[in-house]
Amino acid sequence: MKAIARGFARPHALRWHPTVLLALGVLCCVSMASPAAMAASAAASKAMHTQQIEIRNFAFAPATLTVPAGTRVVWTNQDEEPHVITSAGSQFASSKGLDTSDSYAVTFSKPGTYAYYCSIHPMMVGTIIVQ
Amino acid sequence: MQDNHDNEAGGRRQFLKCMAWAGAGTLWLMKGGVLRAQPLGDGAATASMADASFSFAQISDSHIGFHKAPNMDVVGTLRASVALVNAQAARPDFLLHTGDLTHLSKPEEFDTLTGVMQESHARKVFYVPGEHDVIGDNGAEFFRRFGERQQTGGWYSFDHRGVHFVGLINVLDLKAGGLGSLGMEQLAWLKKDLAGLSAETPLVVFAHMPLWPLYPPWGWGTDDSAEAMSLLRRFGSVSVLNGHIHQIQQKVEGNITFYTARSTAYPQPAPGVGPGPGPMKEVAPGALHRYLGIRDVRHVQGRQALAVTEEVLS
Repeated sequence: MKAIARGFARPHALRWHPTVLLALGVLCCVSMASPAAMAASAAASKAMHTQQIEIRNFAFAPATLTVPAGTRVVWTNQDEEPHVITSAGSQFASSKGLDTSDSYAVTFSKPGTYAYYCSIHPMMVGTIIVQ
Repeated sequence: MQDNHDNEAGGRRQFLKCMAWAGAGTLWLMKGGVLRAQPLGDGAATASMADASFSFAQISDSHIGFHKAPNMDVVGTLRASVALVNAQAARPDFLLHTGDLTHLSKPEEFDTLTGVMQESHARKVFYVPGEHDVIGDNGAEFFRRFGERQQTGGWYSFDHRGVHFVGLINVLDLKAGGLGSLGMEQLAWLKKDLAGLSAETPLVVFAHMPLWPLYPPWGWGTDDSAEAMSLLRRFGSVSVLNGHIHQIQQKVEGNITFYTARSTAYPQPAPGVGPGPGPMKEVAPGALHRYLGIRDVRHVQGRQALAVTEEVLS
């Protein structure tokens, strides 16, 4: 990310149209989120849908979420206990330990059923259905 | 607090007074192969030590890094717990920390924990990790600092004055929808570890998450604990010590007695009370110490009994 930003700072890069830079910036940010997000970048740059999942009382709400492909899903931990978002089949990257109020976002580009759980409280399970 | 402790200097009384937000552990008495818990700071602990052959103390769930209601000073409450163990008339032979040393597995949290535990007069501290200690690296940092390095999986055993101790790991490789897990490899090791022991050998088995289905809806249990228990059943005296749920729960199953310890940091609600587990935020500052504890065990040679005693910071 840093290296790319430095590249743009060179004089010839300044001639680039601002909207091109903006679009590239969006792509960069999206691709930082997770491997799944990289494939989603084209769709995401067109229309970024975001859906929230709340983590409260050791449960995901909603536990099952159905979204169109390209949706960015954001988990936010409202518990005092940390939680770790983990894909049941390693279909997307795990979050770090989410402390209170921390969020984690994954953009789902491909249709499918994505089961996930909290790796340290495994009875906490959820499903994202991407259509 | 009993009068016979008052001569332990005004300092102790003073720190207890300052410990409105305090946590503690459990004092365990080993009496003839059977474990008895007693709250530290209770005069009864001193009395029952008379016929114990040795004791050790259990500390659990110190959650260094937690800084919210009801305990803004988890370092202070851990430090007070260690001081309480140090203040025991007979020094416990060693300490057990049954996991969740830290809240988020951060190096600086492990550093702080190490610093406080160095204040202990105990010759040795044995650790097992909680799920809070293995975030992000499957426990690599925990095992590097606190591991016994007997087995690659981190589990271990040792003998102490006729009692066989086993430290198990049940917070790694957890399966979606499941509870704590020991795994095939660890169970195979346990079988081998116990194979040479006579049924008269008192056993103390410790792990972070409860090794019995205490309250599965809240994740309070271990998926394959029944397999472990089947290996322990032939022994005459088995004590299973756990943490994780931040409160005392006990259960007797034949010759196996299960205990969970208090936290040195904050209490959690009784099973099924309220919407979920987590800190009891509404505990008043002055009342917190009643929920926190140290466990001390003393062993009496020649009898098949351990004395387990609980102590609260009161």
